Amino acid sequence: MGVLMNSLPLLSILTLLPLVGAALLSFIPPEKIKFVRRFALATALLTLGLTGWLWCHYDPADWRMQFAERAVWVPSLGIEFHLGVDALGLLMVLLAAIIIPFAMLASWKITENPKLYFGLLLLLETGLFGTFTAINFFHWFIFWELSLIPAFFLIKLWGGPNRTRAAMQFFIYTLVGSVTMLLAFLAILSATGICDFVQLADLARDGELQSILFAKLGGGLFKTREILGTVLFLGVFLGFAVKVPLLPFHTWLPDAYAEAPTGTSMVLTGVMSKMGVYGFLRILLRIFPDQTRAALTPLLWLAVATIVFSAFAAFAQKDLKRMVAYASINHLGYCLLGIFAVAQVTGTSVNGPLEKTAVLNGVMLQMFNHGLTAAALFYFVGILEQRSGRRSIDDFGGLRKTAPILCGLMGITLFASLGLPGLNGFIGEFLIFKGVFPLATAAAAVSTIGLMVTAIFILTLIQRVFHGPLPGGTSSANSGAVDLTRTERFTVIPIITLMFVLGIYPQIVIALTNPTAVQMVQKLAQ
Amino acid sequence: MNELLGFLAWKVLFLPLLAAAVIAFFLQARPRLAAVVSVMAVVVSFILTVVLYAQYRNYPTVVQVAIPWLSIGNLNIEFGLHADHLSLLMALVVTGVGSLIHIYSIAYMQGDRSYARFFASLSLFTFSMLGIVLSNNFFQMFIFWELVGVSSYLLIGFWYEKPSAADAAKKAFLTNRIGDFGFLLGIIILWATTGSVKFSELHSILAKNPGVLDGVATAVSLLIFCGAVGKSAQFPLHVWLPDAMEGPTPVSALIHAATMVAAGVYMLCRVSFLFDPFSLQIIATTGGFTALLAALIAVQQNDIKRILAYSTLSQLGYMVMAVGLNGPSAAMFHLTTHAFFKAMLFLGAGSVIHALHHEQDIWKMGGLKSKMPITYWTFLLGTLALCGMWPLSGFFSKDAILSQAFDQGNYFLFVIGVLVAFLTTFYMFRLFLVVFLGGAKAHAVDHAHESPRVMSWPLVVLAVASVCGGFIGIEQFVQHQFSPSAEVEPIFDIMGPFAHSPAAAFAGLLVIFFGFSLAIAIYWNATSDPIPEKLPRLSRWLRNKFYFDELYARLIALTQDSLAKVADGCDRFLVQGLMVRGTHGSVEFFGRALRLLQTGNLQTYALLFAAGVAFVICFVLFR
Repeated sequence: MGVLMNSLPLLSILTLLPLVGAALLSFIPPEKIKFVRRFALATALLTLGLTGWLWCHYDPADWRMQFAERAVWVPSLGIEFHLGVDALGLLMVLLAAIIIPFAMLASWKITENPKLYFGLLLLLETGLFGTFTAINFFHWFIFWELSLIPAFFLIKLWGGPNRTRAAMQFFIYTLVGSVTMLLAFLAILSATGICDFVQLADLARDGELQSILFAKLGGGLFKTREILGTVLFLGVFLGFAVKVPLLPFHTWLPDAYAEAPTGTSMVLTGVMSKMGVYGFLRILLRIFPDQTRAALTPLLWLAVATIVFSAFAAFAQKDLKRMVAYASINHLGYCLLGIFAVAQVTGTSVNGPLEKTAVLNGVMLQMFNHGLTAAALFYFVGILEQRSGRRSIDDFGGLRKTAPILCGLMGITLFASLGLPGLNGFIGEFLIFKGVFPLATAAAAVSTIGLMVTAIFILTLIQRVFHGPLPGGTSSANSGAVDLTRTERFTVIPIITLMFVLGIYPQIVIALTNPTAVQMVQKLAQ
Repeated sequence: MNELLGFLAWKVLFLPLLAAAVIAFFLQARPRLAAVVSVMAVVVSFILTVVLYAQYRNYPTVVQVAIPWLSIGNLNIEFGLHADHLSLLMALVVTGVGSLIHIYSIAYMQGDRSYARFFASLSLFTFSMLGIVLSNNFFQMFIFWELVGVSSYLLIGFWYEKPSAADAAKKAFLTNRIGDFGFLLGIIILWATTGSVKFSELHSILAKNPGVLDGVATAVSLLIFCGAVGKSAQFPLHVWLPDAMEGPTPVSALIHAATMVAAGVYMLCRVSFLFDPFSLQIIATTGGFTALLAALIAVQQNDIKRILAYSTLSQLGYMVMAVGLNGPSAAMFHLTTHAFFKAMLFLGAGSVIHALHHEQDIWKMGGLKSKMPITYWTFLLGTLALCGMWPLSGFFSKDAILSQAFDQGNYFLFVIGVLVAFLTTFYMFRLFLVVFLGGAKAHAVDHAHESPRVMSWPLVVLAVASVCGGFIGIEQFVQHQFSPSAEVEPIFDIMGPFAHSPAAAFAGLLVIFFGFSLAIAIYWNATSDPIPEKLPRLSRWLRNKFYFDELYARLIALTQDSLAKVADGCDRFLVQGLMVRGTHGSVEFFGRALRLLQTGNLQTYALLFAAGVAFVICFVLFR
């Protein structure tokens, strides 16, 4: 059995599974809504099962790309079919596989063309899997763009009142980032003939990449190696900075997250935002280590600004969805802070590698945990909106009295997002801060303002929505509030359980990520 | 034997958590059973702690048990428990006083809609508090430190329908968080510098190489002290504790008087070897200042629980001062006796509040002596113990602190300490005379009667402890921790303080006399407070707590709220502004050239995109 499974192209199967599901879904008559939903969910769960199998058979001691598949594709362009996952990739694949069925259950009641909706979600899952498993640029880029299309239609067709504008903004922003990234990679490809991430990273580490690039592309506008390197770096940087997002490329996000239907917001924040972080970690940091180092100070402070600014912006929001959206920017800001700090030159310091390893473990953990927590938060806000038709922080009050289970579980999620020890949010943030503090003391110190403000707005949210007297009169949004139904509990309790498990014993993830983190630090070593 | 100790320690820690989980999952609808489970858990924990203590006496050194929790390369964090004199004393206080308060709550919380939730939260608190006490490393302590913060948050906001309770809970959590950030940063710097967070390892590292912290010693000490400033409500983070009285009274007794607020002092004692002389100076001054500030404010409060809350602040100030004066054993001694008499005073106040149907204004009480004799007598003993009357427990522990100041030659803090003792006696007898003596000042008093046995017995037990706590050798016990080689003095030495440091002992007793006389002169049979009329300005400042709340509110409005507005406005401007000018989206950011291409038609974009890709590929291929 094991041998058989190992000889199968598992990652391809995994990537194609949702696509096949989506294709089969299109043959189901649209009036059979129940069957459509169940079929889509079954596909997503089957995928999750397969991901679970991968998780169990991943060898944590081995840092190399596992379950690798390699085939010649377009040899003249250096394009290969090359798939594989390390701990980072596996963790992201798992996250996507968890969030998609979660989002489906959150969208269970969608009445408007559910067939297309669930089909698009499955298509999106394929795009995500492809992005997180591809090692060759072209292959990767196809899936990176592929994931954009279903997301666009999900916002545009099922979103709120301003969905058209939000979807367009989202699409154009991301597309511009993608185009600059594509141009940069085409330049690299034309100079080196390589578009394999691992090979490029190896070249970059020896400093060879820059020389090759300059020899082929230098001259004209690109007078020096530095200018050329910086231009290419900025092209790729923009693509990821928009996706995460990093200040000031974030303005598409609050609208997109707020207008998207709940299930889509969950995938956007839970998984798609990780594509950007993943790109920073896997591609930017590895292929452009020198440029990252050269731009370290502005990058660090950009991350700090993202953290602090978005925390304050979240505090100022009235709309719960927008508040959670800004909170999401804030939490990913910690990941970026960590990633940039890792590029820091530590010289001969003994503790340097140790701190960097801690940071990278923290970043990976934070990516996964933020995915769970943020998706769950959007889920709860969606429930509030569905029950009351409103989602302004001032519309609620005393909800704990009428819906204790909803408030209890949402409260746990909020505290997880606040970074309470014992829940999943804490350890990632802690490891990031623990490592970043010695590496970039000032930046870390200023970022703690973000932590503080996060606590303030989360507690304010809890107080306004859960506590206080029930708002009187018929205008009260939660006068008809009912607690979580059985289905809703069934949907969210696995996620909450996972939050506790990861909070109490994070070693189950760390054991996996640590060899990859050590390896990354070694490859970056100066 | 070590295995047995470890086994006991794990049980002590996890029983309350088990109780909390069982109640939360299964007993929400069965309040009586929930109470039984919660009380059983803490009582068994107490018994096991006693057994643990009895076993531990045979061990001269620290006993630790640990399991690996997180390992990142060379970075290992363990989850471990630590039994020594310090942690066992604190664990005894937490489970012992905790047991009595749990039992008391059975009757006090009777009839509350969320009876089961109350006991679940109380058990969760006990677990977290024991976690702080038994932790063998800073990291784990921080985790429990935060958990204690959450359980305190849940219990202060227990009656969440009341906006004041919800406000107080939030204020407590956030104020604590400010301190906790300092604490966390301190831990991180310490970790980065020494490579360890384990208390025993830190101790030996510093003993071997005292210079290891050079350059960061003050920063580390003060940052770690920040944690204590938050949790033990020292100036300038003292504002949350009086508001925390919004919680049910047993909670005020357990968490906001006896145990949680003492966690800061406990932590300072646990790592007292870390602090450099300069930060000790700061710690001592902060403590002394808080003691004086809070005692002054208490003089003009009219809410029975708030008076006690300010008194707690003031006594915590004493303890922190003691740590700063190099006297951790005096601090722990006072912590223990204070836990006895302050818990009793709060429970007594609860008994009064319960009898008067939730009346808390002392000027609407009076004449309760005959109606509530047990409460009356125990409250009197508690008051005397708090004032430091010989031979009650408070005398010995306060004397230990005053004589520490005197011996260290810090006469400034000594005088402050004595002054605080004077104020303490004054405001406590003000409270006592107004509440229990004189005529009834409101109708509710006529119907008041003694609380049920299950509430009065814990009072009696605590009264006994408050009377005897001073001379049964608690101080000698904890001195083992800080000077293991020292000779143990005889235990039943009632006259010890007079021989050891007569100045401190007599000064302490003298001011009690003055404070008592002044209180009698002003408040004997008083029906209203004469001070606001005679000293209007002073009284107003004291009644308004020196306007700290207003000052902080203003500061927050100035900084945080306006920053939030700026951030939001900035964002809206970016989005809105670009939206108005651009045709679609906000791509204008990327420049004019791109704007020309914007038709707002997705197909056109897709076409241009494809064309661009094709062009570039052609360029690359056929160059």
